[in-house]
Amino acid sequence: MVFLIRVQLREDYSNLIFYLSPLVAVALTLFFGSFIFLILDLSPIESFKIFFMSPISNSYGISELFVKATPLAIIALGLSYCFKNNIYNIGAEGQLTMGAIFGGGIGLLFNDSTSVFLLPLMILFGAIGGAFWATIPAILKTKFNTNEILTSLMLTYVALFILDYFVVGPWKDPAGYGLPKSMPFPDAGRLPVLFDGLRVHIGVYFAIIICFITYIVYNKTLFGFKLKVSGLSSKASQYAGFKYKNLIFYTFIISGACAGLAGLFEVSGPIGLLYRDISPNYGFTAIIVAFLGRLNPFGIILSSLLIALTYLGAEDAQLFLKIPSAVGFVFQGLVLFFLLGTDFLNKYRVFIK
Amino acid sequence: MNIELIIGILNIVLISTTPLVFAGIGELVTEKSGVLNLGLEGLMLVGAVTGFITLVLTGNYFYSLFFSIISGVILSGIFAFLVLNLMTNQIATGLALTIFGIGLSAMLGKKFAGTPIDGLNPYYFIVISFLLVFLVGYFLSKTKSGLIVRAVGENHNSAYALGYNVIKIRYLTIIFGGVMSSLAGYYISICYAPMWQEGMTAGRGWIALALVVFATWKPWRLLVGAYIFGGVAIMQMNLQAIGVKLPGQFFNMMPYIATLIVLVFISSNKVRLKLSAPSCLNIPYEKNS
Repeated sequence: MVFLIRVQLREDYSNLIFYLSPLVAVALTLFFGSFIFLILDLSPIESFKIFFMSPISNSYGISELFVKATPLAIIALGLSYCFKNNIYNIGAEGQLTMGAIFGGGIGLLFNDSTSVFLLPLMILFGAIGGAFWATIPAILKTKFNTNEILTSLMLTYVALFILDYFVVGPWKDPAGYGLPKSMPFPDAGRLPVLFDGLRVHIGVYFAIIICFITYIVYNKTLFGFKLKVSGLSSKASQYAGFKYKNLIFYTFIISGACAGLAGLFEVSGPIGLLYRDISPNYGFTAIIVAFLGRLNPFGIILSSLLIALTYLGAEDAQLFLKIPSAVGFVFQGLVLFFLLGTDFLNKYRVFIK
Repeated sequence: MNIELIIGILNIVLISTTPLVFAGIGELVTEKSGVLNLGLEGLMLVGAVTGFITLVLTGNYFYSLFFSIISGVILSGIFAFLVLNLMTNQIATGLALTIFGIGLSAMLGKKFAGTPIDGLNPYYFIVISFLLVFLVGYFLSKTKSGLIVRAVGENHNSAYALGYNVIKIRYLTIIFGGVMSSLAGYYISICYAPMWQEGMTAGRGWIALALVVFATWKPWRLLVGAYIFGGVAIMQMNLQAIGVKLPGQFFNMMPYIATLIVLVFISSNKVRLKLSAPSCLNIPYEKNS
C-alpha cells in the first residue's frame, strides 16, 4: 500500500494554527527531549522536574528567570522590527557587545563618580553603541546592496574581538591579577535591583515598556503599518511611496539599540564589570525567542520566559544530573526546528490518501 | 629567520588550515545550488564528537570516519528536509542546527572529554583537501552535472522548467556540504588535536562561511583564501612571540573584515554581483508558485 502525501497552499489564513504552532513545537520538543534523557539513562519525568520545575521553585529561581528573560525579551522585541520588515539582522550578539563596550566604557571612564546621572548616561551610550553597530549593515545594505545576513554576522565577531582587546589591553583591571576583566563599575553605575538579595533588576521594567510601545507601534501607527506592508512585499511598499531604505535604517537602529541596551543591562546589572564572556549567546538565542513569540510583542515576552527557563534548567541539570549545561542548547535548537517545521501546516494543507 | 623556521611555520599553517578547506568547499557547493547553510559549526562539532567516540569505543579508524560522515548525512538531511520540503527559513534553520549541534556534541562527548587517543596522520587529509578543491572546481565548471547545480542556484524556476529536479539536486548538495563539515570536524578531533573538548571547533564554522563569500564562490580562490586566513592566525602567534606590539585581536578579526570588504566590493556592482553570487541564494523554492 502506498501512502501519497499531497500538499496544497492554504487560501485562508488560520490565526488559530499560527498561534497554536509554538505550543505544538514545545510539546514536540518535550517529547523528543524525553528520548534524549532516556538515552542518557535518566528518568525523563525526574529530569524534566529538575529541568523545568526546580529552577523556579523558590524566589531566587524566579528572580533568576527574569534576569535571563530580560535581555532575551529586549533583544527579541528589537529584532521583531527587522524580521517584520523581512530584514535578517542576525548580528544582535555583536550589537549587544558594542552596547556593553560603549555604556560600560562610560562607567569605567567615570569610575569615581557618585552622580545619579551616571547610570542614565551609561544606558544612553549602551543604546547608542548597539545602534551604531547596527547602522553599519544598514548603510552597507542601502548604499552597496550588501547582504545584511552576512554583514551583521561578520560584524558580530569583529565586536567580540574588540571587547576582547579592551578587557585584555587598555581596560584591564590593574588590581585584577592579570585576569582579562575590567575594574568593577562604581555603585552609581550599577543597575538597581528590585528586591534586596535578588539579582532581578529594573531592566524588567524596560522590557515591559518596550513591549507595550512595540504593541502600539505595530497596531496603531503608520510606521507599524509600513513595516507590515514592506515585510509582505517590498515592491508594494515602494509602489505605495514608502521609503524602503529609510525603513531598513529605522528597523536596524531600533533593533541595534535594543540589543545594546540589553548588553549594557547585563554588564551594569548582574555582572558589574566588563569581561570576555558577557553573554551566553543571548543575541543568537533571541532570534529563537522572536520566532517562537511569532514576532508578537506579548508572545515574545512569553517565549523569552520559556527560553530563559532552558538556560536555568540546563544549569540545574549540570548540577544535579551531571549532564553538561549545553543540554539547554539542544532544547533551544529542537524547539526552533519544530516551530519552523510546524509553520508548514500554517501555509499548507496536507492530505494523506 | 632561517629556512627551518619558515618551513616549520608553513607546516603549521598547512595543518591548521585544512578544516577550513573542507568545511568551506562543502558550503561552497551547497551555496552554489542556492542554499545558505549556517549550521556548519554544529555539523563540525557533531562530526568531531561522533568520530572521536567511535574511535574510543572501537579503536577502528575506518568505523570512526564512517560514523562521523553518517552524522553529517543525518544532520544535514534534517536541515535539507526542513528547508526544502517544509520550505522553512534557511537562516533560522541553519542557526537552529548550529545551536542544536553545539548542545548535542557537548552532551554526547561529556564522558569522553580528555580520553587520550592515537591521532591520525594529518597529511593524508591535507592531500585529500587539495584533491577535493580540484575535483569540485572541475565538477562545477567542466561537467554537465556541475552546470546543472549552478543552474539550480542561479534560477530554480528555469531549472525546473528545463526538467531538473530542484529539490533532489539541493538535497545532494546540502548533504555533500554536511559531510564535508563532518570531515572538517573529524580532522580536528582525530588529527589536529587529537582529543575531544566541548566547543573545540572554536568558531571555524563561521570563518569557513566567511571564506566562501571571501572567495566569491570560486573553489580556487577558496583554497587561497583559506591559507590566507589560516596564515594570518598563525602569523599572529609568531609575531607576538617575536615581540611585535600589535594586539592579536586585530589579526583575529582580519578574516571577517576582509570578507566584509569583499562583500561590499562585489555587491556594489550589479554585474559583478551576478557574476559572483548565486542569484537564488537563500531564496526558498516553492513548486506551486
